[in-house]
Amino acid sequence: MSFKKLFVVLTALCALVAGSVVPGGAAQKTVILATTTSTQDSGLLDVLVPMFEKQTGYLVKTISVGSGQAMKMGEKGEADVLLVHSPDAEKKFMADGFGVDRQLVMHNDFVLLGPAADPARVKGSKTSADAFKKIASANALFLSRGDNSGTHAKEKGLWKGAGINPEGQKWYQQTGLGMGETLNVASEKGGYTISDRGTWLALNKKKHLALTILVQGEPKLLNIYHVIEVNPAKWPKVNTAGAKAFGDFMLNKKTQDIIRTFGVKEFGNPLFFPDAGKDPKSLGL
Amino acid sequence: MDIIVEGFKQAAQLLWSLDPEVLGIALLSLKVSGFATLISLLIGITVGTVVALTTFPGKKVIVSVVNTGMGLPPVVVGLFVSILLWRNGPLGFLELLYTPTAIVIAQSIIATPIVMGITIGAMQNLPSNLKLQIRALGATRMQMVFMLIKEARLPLMAGVMAGFGGVISEVGASIMVGGNVKGYTRVLTTATVMETGRGNFEIAIALSIILLLFCFLINYFLTLIQQRERPR
Repeated sequence: MSFKKLFVVLTALCALVAGSVVPGGAAQKTVILATTTSTQDSGLLDVLVPMFEKQTGYLVKTISVGSGQAMKMGEKGEADVLLVHSPDAEKKFMADGFGVDRQLVMHNDFVLLGPAADPARVKGSKTSADAFKKIASANALFLSRGDNSGTHAKEKGLWKGAGINPEGQKWYQQTGLGMGETLNVASEKGGYTISDRGTWLALNKKKHLALTILVQGEPKLLNIYHVIEVNPAKWPKVNTAGAKAFGDFMLNKKTQDIIRTFGVKEFGNPLFFPDAGKDPKSLGL
Repeated sequence: MDIIVEGFKQAAQLLWSLDPEVLGIALLSLKVSGFATLISLLIGITVGTVVALTTFPGKKVIVSVVNTGMGLPPVVVGLFVSILLWRNGPLGFLELLYTPTAIVIAQSIIATPIVMGITIGAMQNLPSNLKLQIRALGATRMQMVFMLIKEARLPLMAGVMAGFGGVISEVGASIMVGGNVKGYTRVLTTATVMETGRGNFEIAIALSIILLLFCFLINYFLTLIQQRERPR
């Protein structure tokens, strides 16, 4: 084959592949959902997103990052709707006018995990503040996500509550990774960490981690998810109708029922508790 | 060890049962990286040949830039491409972010300098008398260029393999500009990262094995073409 011919064939191939890869314009309206790694890693969105797409015809682009980055995407108008769990940052987001509608969707809770040997003698602590104090005074390894996620924000709040600034301490290490990876690191290195219960249950079932729950059940450890529609007044390119449709979908009864039962079959416990329409105060907020 | 054995079993099972989701992911990987490689070939071989066969001021600088580009970190490409493609960025009106096309763009940028660098090296390695000889036989300039490319086809094929291998195994840029959207932009590498995060190590290993298998088959095919005629 001469190289002239080869070039012709290559160009033709390009055109052919282009036809199959490049989507046919913006025929299907898309919704960009910026969310946390926990909703994706637990598998919940794998159940909910296809349902939403089927009901409404939208194509959902789920971008799973930390809550911090998800809200940054909202601030820049790069997402249409957010599903996040970082209440303090969310309030600021709303106050700054980046969101139009913020609604309670569901919650689960955080657990403090550590190696079974428990070198800092954390087990039996009444509160997370006590536990954190013990970890700090024992200089026991603590793995933080350090990625501005909702979990990271919660963890920073808990340190503050314990009156400790762990930043820069040798025993305090930031993985810069998602929840699943951070749990793996904590398990491998024999450190303490906090995780949302859903990711912990899902991961521990698949890979038997060398970690055990040491503190749980404190109201302060609740992990509350809100859905927020990004303000189209700030960013005209936002898909308002799609964002609203997704918000409504998350709150409707059928979806809430699915959230209620998600994970029960596999883990024996639900991973999330539906909260649509509830007063945030009833959760101790 | 068990986890690796289990991974192999799952890979075999997924391949054997032609799992539609895995098949879709694998096919998209092939399409996207194949297309990106084709683009990089068109640009890389054309520009590389021109640079190699001509002399102009600043040529050394250009070649150095291309050679640096051969090691371009994919995450850097991913970052800049996503900033360009943001809705509210300079190319936002194209609505390309989080589409397979965006991955093709990023991967083309990664592969082009690789192909170009190898092309420049290959063309400059040809015996200098060859040019004169071809011209003496009465070839036009265009004919000469094609003859030279033909002479350099063995190292050029290595360029194809390097370019394709670089992009199909790349994850940083793909996840940044593609977003790992299920059934739409999820490719083998981004799926592997996600399954690892989820603790599904068996599936992650299975996907890795499929990725390796693809790389091997394609390189085997290219090597067959490359080695069909032994060099003189």
